[in-house]
Amino acid sequence: MRLVATPSQTVGPFFSIGLDPLRAENLAAPGVTGERVTIHGRVLDGDSLPVPDAVLEIWQANAHGTYAHPEDQRDQKLESDFIGFGRVSTNDAGEFRFTTVKPGPVPGPGNKMQAPHLAVSVFMRGLLNRLVTRIYFPDEPANAQDFGLSLVEEARRATLIARRTSLANQLEWNVMLQGAGETVFFDC
Amino acid sequence: MSASPTRTDANPPQIVGYRRPAPGAQPNYLHPAYVSSIKRAPTKPLIFLPHTLSEITGPTFKKDVISAKALDLTKQGRGEALGERIIVSGRVLDEHGRAAPHTLIEIWQANAAGRYLHKWDQHDAPLDPNFTGVGQAFTDDEGHYRFLTVRPGAYPWKNHRNAWRPAHIHFSIFGPAFATRLVTQMYFPGDPLLKSDPIFNGTADEEARNRLVSIFDWDTTVPETALGFKFDIVLRGRDATPMET
Repeated sequence: MRLVATPSQTVGPFFSIGLDPLRAENLAAPGVTGERVTIHGRVLDGDSLPVPDAVLEIWQANAHGTYAHPEDQRDQKLESDFIGFGRVSTNDAGEFRFTTVKPGPVPGPGNKMQAPHLAVSVFMRGLLNRLVTRIYFPDEPANAQDFGLSLVEEARRATLIARRTSLANQLEWNVMLQGAGETVFFDC
Repeated sequence: MSASPTRTDANPPQIVGYRRPAPGAQPNYLHPAYVSSIKRAPTKPLIFLPHTLSEITGPTFKKDVISAKALDLTKQGRGEALGERIIVSGRVLDEHGRAAPHTLIEIWQANAAGRYLHKWDQHDAPLDPNFTGVGQAFTDDEGHYRFLTVRPGAYPWKNHRNAWRPAHIHFSIFGPAFATRLVTQMYFPGDPLLKSDPIFNGTADEEARNRLVSIFDWDTTVPETALGFKFDIVLRGRDATPMET
């Protein structure tokens, strides 16, 4: 049996009605171990104007590199209250912010570990499909050997790596939909 | 949902990724007839990402994240919501016809007059104090779900002259993995607005596009109560073979 898949459609401008009940700006309950980090940034369109109606979803492993999912069958630690799911929307200035723990490395192809990263979906009015991207961490030696980053031409890799700010444990990462600094989006 | 199968130290299983859509079976990002796509669609080609553990896993939610009220959108206020009561039900499946059990569905919609309960909705149509337009459900063991709601109204938007969105209900579905995440819209059969709607028509393939249109269904129509509309949602299925790495 082969059924044709349901096409994606835009979330439209009023998604907060349906998606706010499961809004999750903090992915790490107090009992979850790991290095706390806040990631903030903006979503900008092709005119460099803020997108005030975008919603981002985060999917990540915990600090031990474990996904809270039955297909991660490695013998690793998993806190019972860790889901690894975040959902934040942008404000009128196109800004978003969430707090989490830095994930540990997770397996990639060829039995090599992937550098710590967050999987990100971006939805908004104007996009009939979600955009898929990743957030990597700065000053992370494993980035040099990472599977996902290695798929990307070197000049564009920086769009996937959050930047340090003057505040400890606060990183900045922006979503540039178009233009010279266009964020790398994946065919996932 | 928190229980995991026994974890072992055996060699990690090979990753079996999810199928990629056939050309035209999913909408393009840039769809100029949908004007807001022009400044928001990426201009550079997407980079093909073979699926890893990060993409074949995805969030699971505990049953208590939703309330019983979330299944019946007609009775979330002090009185009953206004409009034509309908039952929207169906199954969440994958392309191989396998059920997606215990997966979260979130829906949102305009009221019967075509107005959303949202500060940015300026359409001059009445709000209904007894209708929020938000629903949530988990599929059962066989992928079934069911909502009681009211039929949403069509409403104007500013995409082009005299543009009206066909009546629709927004659906958000997780499925088993990050790769299966889907946000879509359900439409109603025979709606004359469908043929001029750039969002509906953003998917080139007609068979895929028609997946978005629900089917009027006598079997789920409840006498003296509500018309039934069936809306099955088909998520990507697994590839037949593990990824070559």
